Amino acid sequence: MAKHKTPLLDQLESGPWPSFVSDMKQEAAVRAKNEKNIEYQIPQDAVEDLLGVLELSYTDGTTHWKHGGIVGVFGYGGGVIGRYCDQPEMFPGVAHFHTMRVAQPAGKFYKTDFLKNLCDLWDFRGSGLTNMHGSTGDIILLGTTTPQLEEIFYELTHKFNQDLGGSGSNLRTPADCIGEARCEYACYDTQDLCHTLTQEYQDELHRPAFPYKFKFKFDGCPNCCVASIARSDMSFIGTWKDDIRIDQDAVAGYVNGDFPPNGGAHAGRDWGAFDIEKEVVGLCPTECMKYEDGKLEINNKECTRCMHCINVMPRALRPGKEKGCSILCGAKAPILDGAQMGSLLVPFIEVNKEDGYAAIKEVIEAIWDYWMEEGKNRERLGELMKRQGFQKLLEATDIKPVPQHVQEPRTNPYIFWKEEEVEGGWTRDVNEYRKNHLR
Amino acid sequence: MELAEAKEKIVEALTKKAKSKSKFYFNDLSKILELKPREAKKLVNKLVEDGVLEYWSSGSTTMYGLSGTGKQAGAEHED
Repeated sequence: MAKHKTPLLDQLESGPWPSFVSDMKQEAAVRAKNEKNIEYQIPQDAVEDLLGVLELSYTDGTTHWKHGGIVGVFGYGGGVIGRYCDQPEMFPGVAHFHTMRVAQPAGKFYKTDFLKNLCDLWDFRGSGLTNMHGSTGDIILLGTTTPQLEEIFYELTHKFNQDLGGSGSNLRTPADCIGEARCEYACYDTQDLCHTLTQEYQDELHRPAFPYKFKFKFDGCPNCCVASIARSDMSFIGTWKDDIRIDQDAVAGYVNGDFPPNGGAHAGRDWGAFDIEKEVVGLCPTECMKYEDGKLEINNKECTRCMHCINVMPRALRPGKEKGCSILCGAKAPILDGAQMGSLLVPFIEVNKEDGYAAIKEVIEAIWDYWMEEGKNRERLGELMKRQGFQKLLEATDIKPVPQHVQEPRTNPYIFWKEEEVEGGWTRDVNEYRKNHLR
Repeated sequence: MELAEAKEKIVEALTKKAKSKSKFYFNDLSKILELKPREAKKLVNKLVEDGVLEYWSSGSTTMYGLSGTGKQAGAEHED
């Protein structure tokens, strides 16, 4: 018998999709039975009370959580988010119910024993409820009490070889796509770059001194499977400099129906015979392709790396050989000023494992220095770029303006001449000018 | 700047404002120290380590305060 009646939550279970309410009820029942005889370190009925407080919020139309707190583990300014219920007498099981963010492994590769042990730890010292994974990518452990924090941190770092993630005004846990481990499109080793920078910037991850949050995300190719372009202050997207590699025999294979387009995806219904004109050439956003006399040609200078043709015919088309990444800055969610996509800062940069990614680190650190000095409290990099102009970012990073910085001609002319760059400066001899130009 | 000097400056400035404000942004602290953010960070971190300052985090933003000041410590039964 449930501790609290939850008619409104029960209604959420009636839809066609799996419901988090069912998951919570299941966990509440497991904890009540405790068949494994776990010595629960936080109230056994925490999940029952969580359902109760959520039901109350639906009834009241208001939250019953107090936001934030001073809890944390020693030496870290992030990774733990204090959560307190404002109805502790009604719901004592969740009076203190802190969230812990645990750094996920690069590419989210796990061994099952790691996950089992992590769940055992969280059943023992927390609510048993997890969020795999949060929007930032972390393993989110939902709900524990203050005395458990150091214990969990010790276990994670000493037995799981795992660290807490970022929260607050920190570098957030860097996140990447699965990259070269499984994907032939990856233009650089996303996992290595993500892991290396995570290790390199431990201080920024754990000791908050930024104006606000800062996110790195790494996509191996412009398909952008971790959506870095939309949700990270600095987005590293794999790209190539040279030409798309074409295997004309394989192109003929697709045209003849020997290979299923899109690697066999969307095969749930009959779309008819593959039409290269309609499905590939005609959909190229820059119209830089043509298929004539059984031969596919690409004007690579016009290619914007949209990946569509490569996705449709992966056997025939491959990214070029000269690979690296583009860096985009300033994406964010719409808390202030609306959502923003990243703006291209570096069209192509070498991703060089051998020198420890020196060129990339140089850009990162220049951006941080700029943002830490110029950013207002709670101002994201994208907002600072908007406030001061893209040109300031170029100056701060010592990057010269290039045509790729302009989205469309004459729509964002953010590059202004400075007096010292113009021969003769701003002053002129008016009389001399008037000789040739009447008033 | 030496740690002792930083501590004195921060404690003095934060105590002065304690009646109206108990939590401060990192930028406020670097202004008090009159240092660039990166240099201020080293000293501020040391002060957190020594227990002079403590972090307060909403989850999205982090602020700093003198340890034990403000409503939070009492309200959360953390003291």
